[in-house]
Amino acid sequence: MAKRIEASNVSSYYGSFKAIDSISMTVEPKTITALIGPSGCGKSTFLRSINRMHEVLPNARIEGRLTIDEQNIYDADVDVTAVRRLIGMVFQRPNPFPTMSIYENVVAGLKLNGVKKKSLLDDAAEQSLKSANLWNEVKDRLNRPGAGLSGGQQQRLCIARTIAVEPQVVLMDEPCSALDPISTLAIEDLMFKLKDRFTIIIVTHNMQQAARVSDKTGFFSIDKTGDPGRLIEYDDTQKIFSNPTQKKTEDYITGRFG
Amino acid sequence: MSVLESEQSDVVMRPDNIRTRTLPLVANLATAVVAFIVSAVVVLTTGIGNWVLVVVLGAVLYLVGLNIVASRVEGRRAARDKMWRAAIYSACLLAILPLASVVWTLVSKGVDRLDGNFFGTSMNNIGARDAGGGAYHAIIGTLEQVGIASLIAVPLGVLGAIYLVEYGKGKFANTVRFFVDVMTGIPSIVAGLFVLSFWVLIVSPWFNNGQPRFSGFAASLALSVLMLPTIVRSTEEMLRLVPGPLREGAYALGVPQWKTIVKIVLPTALPGIVTGVMLAIARAAGETAPVLLVAGGAAAINFDPFAGNQSSLALFVYQQAGDASKYAPARAWTAALTLVAIVLVLTIAAKLLARRNSLTR
Amino acid sequence: MGDNPSRSTDANAGGAGVTGRHASPVGIGVSPSSYEEPPFGGGGALPKKSRFSMESGFRGLSVASGAMVLVIIVAIAAFLISKAVPAISADKVNFLSFKEWFPNETEPRFGIAALAFGTVLSSVIALIVAVPISLGIALFLSHYAPKRLATPLGFVMDLLAAVPSVVFGLWGRDVFQAPVADFSVWLNHYFGWIPIFGGEGPFGQSIMLGGLVLAIMVLPIVTSLSREVFQQTPGMNEEAALALGATKWEMVRTAVLPYGKPGVIAAVMLGLGRALGETIALALTLGLVYNISFNLIQVGGNSIAANIATTFAEANDTGRGALIASGLVLFAITLVVNMAARAIIYRRREFRDSAA
Repeated sequence: MAKRIEASNVSSYYGSFKAIDSISMTVEPKTITALIGPSGCGKSTFLRSINRMHEVLPNARIEGRLTIDEQNIYDADVDVTAVRRLIGMVFQRPNPFPTMSIYENVVAGLKLNGVKKKSLLDDAAEQSLKSANLWNEVKDRLNRPGAGLSGGQQQRLCIARTIAVEPQVVLMDEPCSALDPISTLAIEDLMFKLKDRFTIIIVTHNMQQAARVSDKTGFFSIDKTGDPGRLIEYDDTQKIFSNPTQKKTEDYITGRFG
Repeated sequence: MSVLESEQSDVVMRPDNIRTRTLPLVANLATAVVAFIVSAVVVLTTGIGNWVLVVVLGAVLYLVGLNIVASRVEGRRAARDKMWRAAIYSACLLAILPLASVVWTLVSKGVDRLDGNFFGTSMNNIGARDAGGGAYHAIIGTLEQVGIASLIAVPLGVLGAIYLVEYGKGKFANTVRFFVDVMTGIPSIVAGLFVLSFWVLIVSPWFNNGQPRFSGFAASLALSVLMLPTIVRSTEEMLRLVPGPLREGAYALGVPQWKTIVKIVLPTALPGIVTGVMLAIARAAGETAPVLLVAGGAAAINFDPFAGNQSSLALFVYQQAGDASKYAPARAWTAALTLVAIVLVLTIAAKLLARRNSLTR
Repeated sequence: MGDNPSRSTDANAGGAGVTGRHASPVGIGVSPSSYEEPPFGGGGALPKKSRFSMESGFRGLSVASGAMVLVIIVAIAAFLISKAVPAISADKVNFLSFKEWFPNETEPRFGIAALAFGTVLSSVIALIVAVPISLGIALFLSHYAPKRLATPLGFVMDLLAAVPSVVFGLWGRDVFQAPVADFSVWLNHYFGWIPIFGGEGPFGQSIMLGGLVLAIMVLPIVTSLSREVFQQTPGMNEEAALALGATKWEMVRTAVLPYGKPGVIAAVMLGLGRALGETIALALTLGLVYNISFNLIQVGGNSIAANIATTFAEANDTGRGALIASGLVLFAITLVVNMAARAIIYRRREFRDSAA
């Protein structure tokens, strides 16, 4: 299921502003990779470049190669919708569709992809909610609006919605930044569980979280405001947090900077 | 096996396939050409219609054809996306056609009588065979009626908005707010009938020896009923945009609330309020029905808004449109052009003012 | 401490009141109740709230202005009823079911049936034509057009909304009537077997012409309101749909349309309110006959508002009363439609605010 992601010399622009500068990294299948760094260093931009959500914003464009199992997702003949279904995304703030019930939210992606049979949808909804550790909490109120859940439950609902379409890779853009510590813990548990099936890349501001959940960590930084973000160091998480090679990484990890 | 794979093989993006085929532009254009040729052949050989039908049928055939061709090449979902995009673009084109026609007619027919005589004379003593005549009296009427209506509606509207924003709380304020919104939907003819039954038929006889009397002022009353809700709403929105700390800063200095409102809140919101007032005036200037009912319309110049019939530009257009004289249509179109020019200048000025407004930016 | 606004404000409430109060010796006007409050500074009592001041005057003025709206709405109903009742009681036939309009005769006979029917029919046609196109334009402006095109086009739509109805009426009669008449002849020739397109003519100033002109007038209102609603769709819901692999249209269908549905319904109803009350454009484009017929293309059609505008000039006392009675019916219809639309908008706003 899970896929290897390879970025080589990826640069992203918003109009004439260069947000990230030639990022190269390889993400192995069935691992959790954390991207850390100060605000505005381009880690979210890089994450959004991986499933081509970057180009949703006006005037955004990208240079370089980004491959998923050797296929460049930026080739001219690539179907954007296929890429996004293959590489799912969980956002910073929980964003269930406000007009839909819990059940409808989970199966929204499947319905878009043409699955109509009720029994299949029911099964998929149950499986996804179970995978997202949400089933026991919502199984009695699947037809209630998704917006009625707590923040942490909503975020797990969004994760269920994302994995329902069976992606290869799951991108998470600061998924816990709007949540309380207990909900955060629940999401982290969930990530460990999902690691068996998906390649996970998570952007986080929380260094403890990065140290707790990830196998590999990439540190992004900028020289000053207006400069493009760069990947300073990318290595095993343990190495980054115990013995980084770069001075900048060490400064950031130890809290002397950013 | 995953749910997606078991259900619909043609839409599943297998891990090894993220490629798609896109319909080349040439194919798209070819579909269009074929659609219109087919349509032309069908329509013209059977003789069931003219070029309009060719275009309409061609457009429908193109949309259907595009959907079929694209779903063969790109798949069902991409084809549907393309078709809806085409439909949305055509909706825009379709709406622009009548607009362009209105503008074109206004200008081309309106310039005929765009001369000094039109703006300098009234319709007094202009018979059906006379080519001259103008809208001077109507312009006077419009200016006076709208001016008086503004004098009534603007203070009331601004004060009402102040109530809603600064003082109003609880059920009563919500009721007022609700009915302000409802009042924006009152038809202008109903406002005219209201003033007719209230002012013209009941009040005005007191001042006129028991005889009901049409007047420009009655029209002003009706127009102010129509302007009031618009002004309340736009002013309310502007007042709400005034930052709370600005008020609190004044309260903290011990400035009383009314003074805070008059000296600080209103001046801050002023550009926005003026914008709203100008839009309301523009709308009122174009109203025909209330003026017809309570000012009656007149051919001669009447400067006195409180006594006797008056006309207005909009009413002038309507009455000339109903006039049998062969010179009437030209007068109607020129008056319409003048009216649209006034309304648009007001509207555009209001919008530009809004754009420069620091609160809404 | 000491942040009671009414007290601090009144301490400085302008003019004579202040001098008057300050002139009185400290402590004199202090009622026992003020001892219950925590004592301030030097133990002197604070100036008391006066009953008449600029504050209460200004407040009263603004409350009165706000209440004026309610007064006007009630007054409209009251005065229309007061003039309508005598006319209706003079009516020799049933006001609600009679189709024709002869209020100026010695034996007045008039009824609202045909007029109300024409009003509703022309408005419904206008909506059927205008709503799909409006939604298309609104989506174009909010989600499809590049910003450089959307801004000026939205501006043009707003200008279109400002054009007076008499201009559309004039255009409809002088310019649009000929093509609609040709179209009617064509429809009659090929689709005459459908009752709504039947008849022997003449064609032209028909319900269809009036309905289409109304459609053009309703278009900008529905468009600008729905565009606003569509633009309010939370960006994160749109992104969620896209991230699931939705195409643009699927994103619109999953995130934008369901979110905007109540707002669009309200916009359509406001458009309906405008169409029902439109006077001059219909007075110029309809055939103005008193008849209930579903035929769309023959010369004919009438509406409450158009009838008021066209027959007012020759109306006598009863005639005026009759027209006012018909206006009362129109007022009631539009009031119901507008209140329903506003109620939807208000419920939606509460829903949105509580969700935020």
